[in-house]
Amino acid sequence: MTLHTPPNEPIPLITAKALWMRRTAFAMVHAAQLGHPGGDFSAIDVLATLYFGILRFDPERPAWAERDRFIMSKGHATGALYTALCAAGYFPEDWLATYMQPRSLLNGHPNRTYLPGVETNTGPLGHGFPVAVGVAIAGVLTGGRYRTYVLTGDGEQQEGSNWEAAMVAGHRRLDHLTLIIDRNRLQQGAGTEETSGLDPLDQKYLAFGWDVSMIDGHDYPALLAALSAPPNGKPHCIIANTIKGKGVSFMENKASWHHGVPNDEQYAAAMKELV
Amino acid sequence: MSDVTAPPGLHDCREAWASTIEALAAADPRIVVVVNDSVGSSKLGGFQQRFPDRTINVGIAEQVMVGVGAGLANGGQIPFVSAASCFITGRALEQVKADVAYAGFNVKLVGQSSGVAYGELGATHHSIEDFAWLRPLTNLTIITPADRWETAEAVKWVATHDGPVYLRLSRMPVPDLDVPNREFHMGRAEVVRRGSDLAIIACGTTVHLAVAAADALQVEGISARVLNMATLNPLDEPALHQAAATGAIVTVEEASVRGGLGGAVAEFTAANRPVPVERVGFPGFVVTGSADWLFREYGLSPEGIAAAAHRALARA
Repeated sequence: MTLHTPPNEPIPLITAKALWMRRTAFAMVHAAQLGHPGGDFSAIDVLATLYFGILRFDPERPAWAERDRFIMSKGHATGALYTALCAAGYFPEDWLATYMQPRSLLNGHPNRTYLPGVETNTGPLGHGFPVAVGVAIAGVLTGGRYRTYVLTGDGEQQEGSNWEAAMVAGHRRLDHLTLIIDRNRLQQGAGTEETSGLDPLDQKYLAFGWDVSMIDGHDYPALLAALSAPPNGKPHCIIANTIKGKGVSFMENKASWHHGVPNDEQYAAAMKELV
Repeated sequence: MSDVTAPPGLHDCREAWASTIEALAAADPRIVVVVNDSVGSSKLGGFQQRFPDRTINVGIAEQVMVGVGAGLANGGQIPFVSAASCFITGRALEQVKADVAYAGFNVKLVGQSSGVAYGELGATHHSIEDFAWLRPLTNLTIITPADRWETAEAVKWVATHDGPVYLRLSRMPVPDLDVPNREFHMGRAEVVRRGSDLAIIACGTTVHLAVAAADALQVEGISARVLNMATLNPLDEPALHQAAATGAIVTVEEASVRGGLGGAVAEFTAANRPVPVERVGFPGFVVTGSADWLFREYGLSPEGIAAAAHRALARA
């Protein structure tokens, strides 16, 4: 058993892992010429903070009943999820090279039945959050001490199933549940506010009976503080203000990098910046 | 088993469902129910009284209802998600596909009041498309019990099976089937009547009608085998081979004739042993009327099934 518990001073580790995840995810997308690098990069700092600063898990026992759960509801950001799971020790690095290849275990969207560390199958938006609510209810029923974290995109919040989940979690006061919204303000084709506006997102969750934090989703101390906030009788929504394509100058804040993929020159240029 | 509303000799199988799930839950704390404000229609009032914490009512919200089922399974529980079958399948179909079947979670979907049980309420509340929607989810076991004994046995099997299931229940009162030495075997068709001139393959509320049709055909000198095909996924292929060997098949289901039991049998025979297949069921959206009336109107009756048998034999 190799139970992973967060170190006392996790920020150097998180910083190093996040850099490795960005470089590796972009290499995967470049090799596959498929993927969602913009959304990978907006979420990677959240995932790195979770896996190397917050979550209690054992990669040798993915089904350990008392593990903390992380559910990637924006299932298209597999560059972020797979690099996090690999860095966390769930599977060897050479699996990453198979990303989206025929018969790969690393689909464009994650599958729990064959990839260790994946908590549920996501891809169609608005699925992970309701499942996370069920995980949190199971924790209440069993007296489990584990915490459940789920990350959705911000455009994903347009799916009505999220609001069913928000209502149930607020009603049941699921305080071991934390929702992180990757608030990069861009969806596939345009800005969220010009498509079907979400603001004021904080007011919406407050009205549903949640605690709400608004933080810089690339600020590790702020992420650590928000993600480790002790349970207080309400579910916790963290609106993580992020930058789509964060870390590569020509990708930042550009909707076209939602599922844009780099050519060789762009890949080389990005690698020079990701150091 | 109290049974105050059904006519003499007929039984509402929901009583068997409710008493069985309560007994199982008493023995296994992992068993929970998830409902969409459907405690009453699921006959789970007694369950809720005994196990209030294990009765998860998410309100009128089918997407989160099914998603919560998957999450409860992730957390080691054995969730029975129980709601009107028209909503648990149609409204939450993508959750059934992605969160339950594709993700392979140990979730039991219980479709209540299936078929045209809500006849007068109209096609929004009929659930005759569910077989066709769910049958391609090949790892989702689909079971449609035919009477109260089979309902209880099926619920017991479902609780011990590790994997996703759709259990299709009805509120239509049905008689107990007269089959000696019964044993429930998931995936195996039950021979209710032996016969060699043709095979009538039925499930759920229509099995007893198929038996009555076989009795009527017997008077005419036609020997009809009756199979209770309670399990639609996976199909009992050896039984279908033997059914096809009679030379003609009639299928009967309280469902659309497209894509359900009849569709499955037609696919199988076309690929393996082509024989005439007459499908008795509903052609599409049906008009308003009581369930009993709709059954008679659309030929889900001993007379209608016998007529279909004659058509099949004429084509053989």
